[in-house]
Amino acid sequence: MKMLGLWIALASSAPSAWGQDLAVRGRIVHTQAGAPLEDGVVLVAAGKIAAVGKASVVKIPSGVTTLEAAVVIPGLIDAHCSLGLAGALNYAHDRDELERSSAVQPELRAIDAYDPRADLIEWVRGFGVTTVHTGHAPGAVISGQTMIAKLHGNTLDQAVLQPLAMVAATLGEGAVHEEEKSQPGTRAKAAALLREELVKTQAWVEKQQQAAAEQKPAERDLRREVLAKVLAGEVPLLVTAQRAQDIATALRLQREFGFRLVLDGAAEGYRILDELREADVPVIVHPTMFRAVGEAENLSLETPGTLKKAGLRVALQSGYESYVPRTRVLLFEAAEAAAYGLAFEDALALVTIDAARLLGIDARVGSLEVGKDGDLALYDGDPFEYTTHCIGVVIEGVVVSSEKR
Amino acid sequence: MPNLFALLATVLFAQSGAERAGATVALVGARILPAAGAVIESGILVVHEGVIAHVGPLDSTPVPAGAEVRDVSGRVIVPGLVDTHSHIGAVEGGDRSEPIQPSVRVLDSIDVLDPSLQRARAGGVTTVNIMPGSGHLLSGQTVYLKLRPGNTIEELAVRNEGGSIAGGIKMANGTNSRRDPPFPGTRAKSAALVRARYVAAQEYAKKRADPDPEKRPERDLGLETLVEALEGKRVVHHHTHRHDDVLTVLRLREEFGLRVVLHHVSDAWKVADEIARAKVPSSLIVIDSPGGKLEARDMRWENARALVEAGAEVAFHTDDWITDSRLFLRSAALAVRAGLAREKALEALTLAPARMLDLGERVGSLEVGKDADFVVLDGDPFSVYTHVQETWVEGVRVFDRSDPKDHLIAVGGWGAGSPSAPRCCEEEEDR
Repeated sequence: MKMLGLWIALASSAPSAWGQDLAVRGRIVHTQAGAPLEDGVVLVAAGKIAAVGKASVVKIPSGVTTLEAAVVIPGLIDAHCSLGLAGALNYAHDRDELERSSAVQPELRAIDAYDPRADLIEWVRGFGVTTVHTGHAPGAVISGQTMIAKLHGNTLDQAVLQPLAMVAATLGEGAVHEEEKSQPGTRAKAAALLREELVKTQAWVEKQQQAAAEQKPAERDLRREVLAKVLAGEVPLLVTAQRAQDIATALRLQREFGFRLVLDGAAEGYRILDELREADVPVIVHPTMFRAVGEAENLSLETPGTLKKAGLRVALQSGYESYVPRTRVLLFEAAEAAAYGLAFEDALALVTIDAARLLGIDARVGSLEVGKDGDLALYDGDPFEYTTHCIGVVIEGVVVSSEKR
Repeated sequence: MPNLFALLATVLFAQSGAERAGATVALVGARILPAAGAVIESGILVVHEGVIAHVGPLDSTPVPAGAEVRDVSGRVIVPGLVDTHSHIGAVEGGDRSEPIQPSVRVLDSIDVLDPSLQRARAGGVTTVNIMPGSGHLLSGQTVYLKLRPGNTIEELAVRNEGGSIAGGIKMANGTNSRRDPPFPGTRAKSAALVRARYVAAQEYAKKRADPDPEKRPERDLGLETLVEALEGKRVVHHHTHRHDDVLTVLRLREEFGLRVVLHHVSDAWKVADEIARAKVPSSLIVIDSPGGKLEARDMRWENARALVEAGAEVAFHTDDWITDSRLFLRSAALAVRAGLAREKALEALTLAPARMLDLGERVGSLEVGKDADFVVLDGDPFSVYTHVQETWVEGVRVFDRSDPKDHLIAVGGWGAGSPSAPRCCEEEEDR
């Protein structure tokens, strides 16, 4: 096992272009682009999917390494987590997901904290997760930036897919820290702080535009620069809100400032379904098994299904909780979504194609289609079953995990 | 979508389908996994006066005259689950005054109407050991409950012969119980403090037995409890993670003749042989990812398999709220994923934990004469798609998923069924 681990580490350190051609054959291949294929084959060349189809149609060239499994699915996409910032230990040195010195710190970049060699990355990858939207955790009015990474590579540059994905904000009890002077003590104050920041940014943008018109040099301001991108709609504002009234506040602020809102958590989303539908806001719903305490006390294990069936754009996440488990496993959260109300393909979509679309990376990942990245997960049975094993994970044509998990 | 807010605490004791304990009920047609003996493909389970009157194949067991017959064909019946380590019921143990507090009884703190008990029933739990936390070397006396309907701890409590309320004591080593003085700052100090108290208890027992009443010391509630542990009347439920801490527990047990159940045992795979040789049972936790703290960094789902292969007794526990009682079956299923035999996994949720609580003669398997505690499932107990449909305790149905109130308990959050504001966010760092 040790040797194998070493080999994987070496393999995953190599740039994807070095990946040799690979064939993956499954008794069932869930492509997430059309109906599942019985006895399907996926060919990967130079890290990209070169062909997908039934084995009777897609011939595996001789000499090509072939992996076989009962079930093959696209590599899973975790729509929101703090993986790589929040390590396996609950100790300060292993917790880079939340900076508490100030309530508003959009200038904190996820790329400056992400550890591509974190133990938990290897852990979740072993269950089939290949792409994560990760970064600063909920818990401050604006806690920082998020990024998108592939779970390979030994350096940030090798892992990163998108260095700035969203700016993470929190409304409601999650943003309230009465005991800390620098933090808001009520939910209304949290909302006020957020509005103030956005208003200041509007003024700053105007000033910059004026300066540009007068051909004066731009004034650098790390915080304003990133929030200006939010106001311009270049970068979505990811707002974590669990209670119905906090979700309503997020919608209110979106109407006021016109930013691209992605709603996160939404434990009580089912209580204001009509409003969510009307606003057409995408939702990264809390992990199905999220600990139902505090502001999440009214969550339901059925919410991923409820929101998806309501026609919302929904993806599922492993999320972030400050206690154990230090990471949830996305595969298991999707499994419970299936157990609590969703059909298999719909539950799988929450962690593959739906997540890719929500994150705007569906040209690269999320389904098994020609031209997309060769990211796949292999199982010896129904991937959602407790007693099934993940037997292989491939990122861009390279086997990054082959330990039976 | 049910309204999560419309529910009142009344659901906890006003089950719509609750049967009278005196009635005779025959459940027919289910696949029965009795946890003792062979699987019955199409069975009959007869309950009379709260006790199992018959269990066997449908075609060889007559339905008793006058019995209320329930068709449960297509269902799977397993024994009621036994959770050896739970913190449901808003339980409290010792305070911050000292590290060893054996006089503290959790039974004096538990709210049996707290929705967490109904969530446990929703997970198929019928017998539970409610424990104080691990922030002390000894945080108090635990209590064993049957999850019968009831408004008081006395109605739910398991009784010892003689009528006293049954329970063990909770101890811990490793990092959780290390704090500022008077708590210990190191592992060796932890062990020294514990040893000193057990030595004191030995002395106390001797003096209390003095033939001259004048020479007997006054009653000391704490030492009295430790004497019960020394005499084997109370099982020591010992939180422990790291391999060397596990062995420290075994050393204390050897020195003082304690009856010990190891709890959590994250490093079990490293010292499985030593645990097996000591003939000490282990109650394991299964968490979705390892870590949280250094001493739990090496936790593996293979722990159960490793212990069984070494010949040791294994159970699982929820440690609720660390894991959710409603997903208790899942813990065993993940151990099956890691190589544990299915029969052993079922045993580790039922009969094995029952034995660890000295209740193996009464609960834990579907056998004639035992308490009629069982769970009706809609499929394989270790499938993600299976849900607990009904939970019965002593012949009374205490959870029924088809009842909207119970369905809400089965899928909702902590707010479901809560009559008041929830408890929130206690600082638990490094626990």
